[in-house]
Amino acid sequence: MKFMIITKADKDIEAGVLPTWEAIEKMLGFNAQLHKEGVLLACEGLRPSSKGTRLRFDEGRTTITDGPFAETKELIAGFWIIEAKSREEVVERFASCPFDKPTTIEIREFFQPEDFAGIVTPDQQARIDTVTLDDLKV
Amino acid sequence: MSEADLQRTLAAIWRIEAPRLIAHLTRVTRDVGRAEDLAADAFVSALAQWPDEGIPRNPGAWLMAIAKRRAIDQLRRDTKLAEKTELLAHGLPAGGAEPDFSNAIEEIDDDVLRLMFIACHPVLSPEARVALTLKLLGGLTTAEIARAYLTSEATIAQRIVRAKRTLSDANVPFEVPSGPERLRRVASLLEAVYLIFNEGYAASAGDDVLRPELARDALRLGRMLAALLPDESDVHGLVALMEIQASRTSARVGPGGEPILLLDQDRAKWDQLQIRRGLDALDRAERLGDLGSYGLQAAIAACHARAHTAAQTDWRRIADLYGDLARIVRSPVVELNRGVAVGMADGPAAALDIIDPLAREPSLAAYHLLPSVRGDLLMKLHRFAEARAEFERAYELARNTRDKEFLLKRVNECRR
Repeated sequence: MKFMIITKADKDIEAGVLPTWEAIEKMLGFNAQLHKEGVLLACEGLRPSSKGTRLRFDEGRTTITDGPFAETKELIAGFWIIEAKSREEVVERFASCPFDKPTTIEIREFFQPEDFAGIVTPDQQARIDTVTLDDLKV
Repeated sequence: MSEADLQRTLAAIWRIEAPRLIAHLTRVTRDVGRAEDLAADAFVSALAQWPDEGIPRNPGAWLMAIAKRRAIDQLRRDTKLAEKTELLAHGLPAGGAEPDFSNAIEEIDDDVLRLMFIACHPVLSPEARVALTLKLLGGLTTAEIARAYLTSEATIAQRIVRAKRTLSDANVPFEVPSGPERLRRVASLLEAVYLIFNEGYAASAGDDVLRPELARDALRLGRMLAALLPDESDVHGLVALMEIQASRTSARVGPGGEPILLLDQDRAKWDQLQIRRGLDALDRAERLGDLGSYGLQAAIAACHARAHTAAQTDWRRIADLYGDLARIVRSPVVELNRGVAVGMADGPAAALDIIDPLAREPSLAAYHLLPSVRGDLLMKLHRFAEARAEFERAYELARNTRDKEFLLKRVNECRR
């Protein structure tokens, strides 16, 4: 199962204050461990929301607003995508995440195709009309 | 924390910590079986203590400390026993020499790698390698492996016990092999990982959830290996192949559980993150050397992944890659695949030139896809009577209902 772990922003991050090299190094070490254990799919840090733009869709009207955005604590500062068997596994892995200042991270599960089983109109029965390479196990 | 939450947390901790724990203890005890027992015992202590005392801040270190203490006790006991029975003459360290317990991160990594090489040692059958790898490095329980492989727990337990005995009888050293041996050992590792992947990838919708999970277990093991053996082209090749194949997981089964063939899949459902990872891994494999069989298969899979629509597929390149693959893997099935690709690139007549000689291949005599492919090509050439004969033969040979239905439809199309 895939999970996104979201780091919430704070005043410093929103002000464009960069982390110290020590903090970065610690985080790189933590990421390297996730990588070595084969669970890390992606991770990125995001620039402050002052470099961001919002599009709001409302009854056919689209409003575009440039950042920065006000609700600092709800903003996203970065994320990891990892593959894990359970939320508990993610909690255990991230319990030792080396933040050097008060930080909130949020663990979210990816939707699975079966979550939509009830609402997707079944496609037509798959057309199997040519033999293709996927069919021929090498 | 509720009882159920605690159980799930403990299971997660086991999954994360077990490989490192077992790997390190194997170095200390030189015995995979004993290492696994020590790790399991430490976990039993945790199960007894943590519910009351709470989960320690660093559960891995806690488990390691307990296991090491027991390991030392056992070693002392063994040494005393050896003294008593005068086995010391046979070279056991005198005076109860204690093993090196330093555990720098790099050492632990090395230990994990060594453990992988042991679990996938060629003295073991592929089934044994698979079971042992999932148990020792995948952090799966015997029960989980049994469920995933649709067999009984006793069967898997026995397979693991036997595998450990084989390793101990063969006196397999705890090392990362080098020299000419290394190639064979890496191949043996990759084979086990890919077997696990295919077992999971072949699982169908109605199966136990643990079956498709195997594909993800294999991918994790593959990525682990790629991090531990960053200079091996084939490792990256295998990871690339698995990532790209896995990227199609949600597109390859229809709502009724029916398989959707590659060219009919909705490519918007392909996992682009996984494709990106696969292409990166393929890139690394190519930079490190000539592609091996996994790398070439990954390169073929990449041709499909890069095509935004089925019509944009670079069949010429796929045909060439199958040509390269055929030089490494002498298999008539690869040749048949090449024929299909050539057919897509150069038309049905060119494909028949490749596929016709395969009719003399005894290993393909009962393979329904050979007449099925041939029928398809003949039909494109408007040789309907011959095509029909081929589809009828394919129908006779096909085993599952879905294939039979499909081929019957093709037979009927030739009547028009």
